[in-house]
Amino acid sequence: MRLLAEGLSARRGEDLIFNDISFALGAGDALVVTGPNGSGKSTLLRVLAGLLQAESGRLRIEGGPAEFAHPHELSHYLGHRNAMKRELTVRENLSFWQRFMGDSPGGSGVDIDAAAEAVGLAGITHLPFGYLSAGQQRRMAMAKLLVAYRPIWLLDEPTAALDAGADRLFAALVTAHLERGGIIIAATHQPLGLGSTQSLQMKGFTH
Amino acid sequence: MIALFFRDLKLSVRAGGGTMIGVLFFMTVVAVVPFGVGPDLNLLSRIGPAMLWIGALLASLLGLDRLFQAEREDGSLDLLLMQETPLLMTVFVKCAAHWAATGLPLVIASPLLGLFMNMNELAIGATMLTLLAGTPAITFIGAVGAAVAVALPRGGLLVSILVLPLAIPVLIFGVSAVYAAIEDPAPFLPPFMILMAITLFFAVIGPVAAAAALRHSAD
Repeated sequence: MRLLAEGLSARRGEDLIFNDISFALGAGDALVVTGPNGSGKSTLLRVLAGLLQAESGRLRIEGGPAEFAHPHELSHYLGHRNAMKRELTVRENLSFWQRFMGDSPGGSGVDIDAAAEAVGLAGITHLPFGYLSAGQQRRMAMAKLLVAYRPIWLLDEPTAALDAGADRLFAALVTAHLERGGIIIAATHQPLGLGSTQSLQMKGFTH
Repeated sequence: MIALFFRDLKLSVRAGGGTMIGVLFFMTVVAVVPFGVGPDLNLLSRIGPAMLWIGALLASLLGLDRLFQAEREDGSLDLLLMQETPLLMTVFVKCAAHWAATGLPLVIASPLLGLFMNMNELAIGATMLTLLAGTPAITFIGAVGAAVAVALPRGGLLVSILVLPLAIPVLIFGVSAVYAAIEDPAPFLPPFMILMAITLFFAVIGPVAAAAALRHSAD
């Protein structure tokens, strides 16, 4: 399966945020998007996630399951906010997303205990999500990537609020996903600890 | 989809959710009427059905603005928008859960409040039935307002103002069906059928419009 972007550009209000971005990612490829604040990293990821309309350009999947019209249906999106409810327990949150999202063809998610184990927080899934610290909340949001299978992961500043140990843990998750033939696009300031990756330097428009 | 229904139900019952607030507001509005109008039992039983309906209408508008805003604030809305399941199904299920958590308790509380208003059994029964048929329409209309105002920080009052004019027909036909049931010459079925038609109509139009508004609210 390949993810192809051709000549993408996006607009916020009057201004073009970025223009003519193209890339091709095959199974097992990662793309790291870097650049200063305001250069359009998050906007690019939101366009890829189908949450913002691209001004021009095309985004398509080659050799994937035929019934999916747009790549966002095959993607996980981890944004700045964790998409978890503070009032519900971690287990209720994760099991909701697991059942609501379902698995994409070609893989299956792990169960909730295994996902919590993988982010190093086994044994606290009975706590309300709001009781966790910021770093623990972020880790649990990553566990969400594991409970339902999606071949493409779109990660926006995934390692914000994480300590060094969690950074390494996250790098291991990312590597495992790539080895299974997944695709990762991550916007980040810090290195993700990945080996061979493509990178995209966003410059932003000067006014 | 069932998972979404039960999650929303849990959220509204737990930790300051809308359920209790709606019912308490409903009780407050109806309970102060006898104090304001005075102890004229005939008058109370005459205006009772209308008061119950007005109270229920205002109470069901109360929690509507949080329907999508809460999802947007914690980022869940992004994920709901991305899924393969059609957005309009997601919106429909959220409305159904919202009604089950806030509309249904109002229907269940209405007989008790009917006693406050010195209503007889027939009037109480008719009010309950019309509330059961009519309150879903308010939720579906409200979903459109909630979706339009999703990005506004203090959208609560705006949602009520946007939604209220569209909810007026529901009120008119709900109340006139109750009066038709308790006063002899007028037939009960025509206004009740129109009330049902309004509910069914908005059950289709509401989710479609709300889904379109949510798609365009993305930032």
